[in-house]
Amino acid sequence: MTSDVLDGPSLDRVTSPAGPQQPAAAAPRGVARRDWSWVGLVPLALYVAAFLAVPTVLAVASGLFDGDGAFTLDNLAALGDPVILTTFGNSTWLSLLTAVIGAVVGALVCYAMLGLPETGIVRTTVDAASGVLAQFGGVMLAFAMIAAIGTQGIVTKFLSSTFGLELYADGAWIYALPGLIPAYLVFQVPLMIITFMPALAALRPQWAEAHLTLGGTRANFWRFVGLPVLAPSFLASLLLLFANAFSSYATAAALASQGSQIVPLQIRTALTSETVLGRENLAGALAFGMIVVVAVVMTLYALVQRRAARWQS
Amino acid sequence: MIRHARLTRFGGAGVALLAGTALILTGCAGGSADAGQGASGVDAATASDLTSFGTLADLEAAAKAEGQLNVIALPRDWANYGEILDAFTAKYPEITVNEQSPDVSSAEEIQAATTNEGLDTAPDVFDLGLTVALQNTGEFAPYKVQTWDEIPDALKEPTGLFVGDYGGYMSVGYDSAKFPTPTSLDDLLGSEFRGSVALNGDPTQAGAAFAAVGLATVQTDGTLDDYQPGIDFFSELNTSGNLLKLDVTTATVASGETPVVFDWDYLNATHAKDVPSWKTVVFPGTGYAGYYNQAINKNAPNPAAARLWQEFLYSDEAQNMWLKGGARPVRMEAMTDAGTIDEDLAAALPEAPSETVVPTEAQSTAAGTLLGQKWAAAVQ
Repeated sequence: MTSDVLDGPSLDRVTSPAGPQQPAAAAPRGVARRDWSWVGLVPLALYVAAFLAVPTVLAVASGLFDGDGAFTLDNLAALGDPVILTTFGNSTWLSLLTAVIGAVVGALVCYAMLGLPETGIVRTTVDAASGVLAQFGGVMLAFAMIAAIGTQGIVTKFLSSTFGLELYADGAWIYALPGLIPAYLVFQVPLMIITFMPALAALRPQWAEAHLTLGGTRANFWRFVGLPVLAPSFLASLLLLFANAFSSYATAAALASQGSQIVPLQIRTALTSETVLGRENLAGALAFGMIVVVAVVMTLYALVQRRAARWQS
Repeated sequence: MIRHARLTRFGGAGVALLAGTALILTGCAGGSADAGQGASGVDAATASDLTSFGTLADLEAAAKAEGQLNVIALPRDWANYGEILDAFTAKYPEITVNEQSPDVSSAEEIQAATTNEGLDTAPDVFDLGLTVALQNTGEFAPYKVQTWDEIPDALKEPTGLFVGDYGGYMSVGYDSAKFPTPTSLDDLLGSEFRGSVALNGDPTQAGAAFAAVGLATVQTDGTLDDYQPGIDFFSELNTSGNLLKLDVTTATVASGETPVVFDWDYLNATHAKDVPSWKTVVFPGTGYAGYYNQAINKNAPNPAAARLWQEFLYSDEAQNMWLKGGARPVRMEAMTDAGTIDEDLAAALPEAPSETVVPTEAQSTAAGTLLGQKWAAAVQ
């Protein structure tokens, strides 16, 4: 994931792999004692408040005021502007596409690794590489893309001199919206591997044995046991990938400079433009719009999750 | 001015971080209210010309007493600013020059001043595009340098709130080893320029790219009242597959990634250092000129040093350094008459177009609005 202001600190994204759910421990009964356990949470709470909650509230609130500090709904109304709507559309489909591809490819890689010994060379290498690549975003990634498949990139030159294959015969698409798809996949697939692998590894061989002993087939095992058990973790990872791509800023900023085709780049334009002035508060409204999109996705996720929970009981 | 792509992981974070820290720090900001009172008892913050101090030596003494100068958004490879900063430091070793955020835009310079107001880290001086300067005159302290009379009236705010410092013409730079010399805009639509023509930034954000659309407008017989012809030209360039949507930096030019670039002539001229076959062409016909502007932060933590910096910039010495960077210093005409201009450097500039235009504030605003509505779709 790219690290920048729109992403927030990566701490807020650490998802615990959702393995098979454990029933919550019953509350201890007995004499009611004053409970001091919450004190341990204070540092994290302060941290989250200072670096996440407060800036978010301030940013979104700024969308409700104009440059002179008077209350206005104009900025929110601007969200209906065709340019802004197109941008939200671009951001959403780009994030969905890379999240789905990343999730499917990542899950297949995890499945392929399942047959290998856990401490073997391949799995440890893939784990380590995924941990690094999942965080490989922003300018480093953009530079790597430019060096590899830019118009003067090594791969581009190799393909054209060896096979006569011209990647950019119709123009340099790498520096436009389509170019962001391969770039985002570079960090989406590894992120899927590190979040989904633990869930897949938690599938107990005993279940498969029981299933086979009771006369089930291999295909049926996945249909009736494997997939229902994994569905919640898969969806949770998919959601994480969506949010990760939706909020990515630095990679796109370094690769696609014309037209601010995705929302984070529109926010940048609103904040820093030196040619279209007085739109700083629009940035707050755009941030609010992003929160709405993510909230909608979260709600859908919750609904599916509830449905998925029924398969598990 | 957006000088170059902000290739930092925290590029966009800067604003928010500044805003955040400002919130935390306003409670304990030790303002430097009395810093402006030099040894001579002059209030430097209200001095609108040298007479308030007495002589240049008095101003120098007041500035040395402050010992600091905060400049912002001055990339060292932009119009030879590196040499200018070093010359100032060599001349006044007692004054430490703090170069902040070299790659931010004009709008962010003003934001840095407002979010850091009252802190000793606030920028003392600005270097701004005209649109931002016109919009923010409330942030500036008026000051007239000694050479005020030699600055053309059209290029300065009458009270000295902001003053043009250096400028140039919108031009096309290209690698002559790979491409034929373009003689008009239409040449750039040819198939030999496939995927090669880049703008320095996005016109809805960066002054240089905005000017490129302006140039395309006047070159296609449009007027600055309506930038639509310029947008149409770039839309056509995009449809033909020739528009390259990568932001231009010194690095992309050096690597050959952006071989044809719309940019100010003084910025295009600097690329010849990295690419010997790099040439800059200013199209005949109507040209598009643009000047950057100096202004002093009205809440400058080092008001005397800010004014000394202005005096330095408008001296013959610094004006010739801008010229060395390929820019046209604002006192060029007067210095040519006086014989103080560096003749060799002046002769090396690209030939000036027969007629040049500069948009008014109203035209700029209208063009900005139009670009905001049309640009994203035009280059989709």
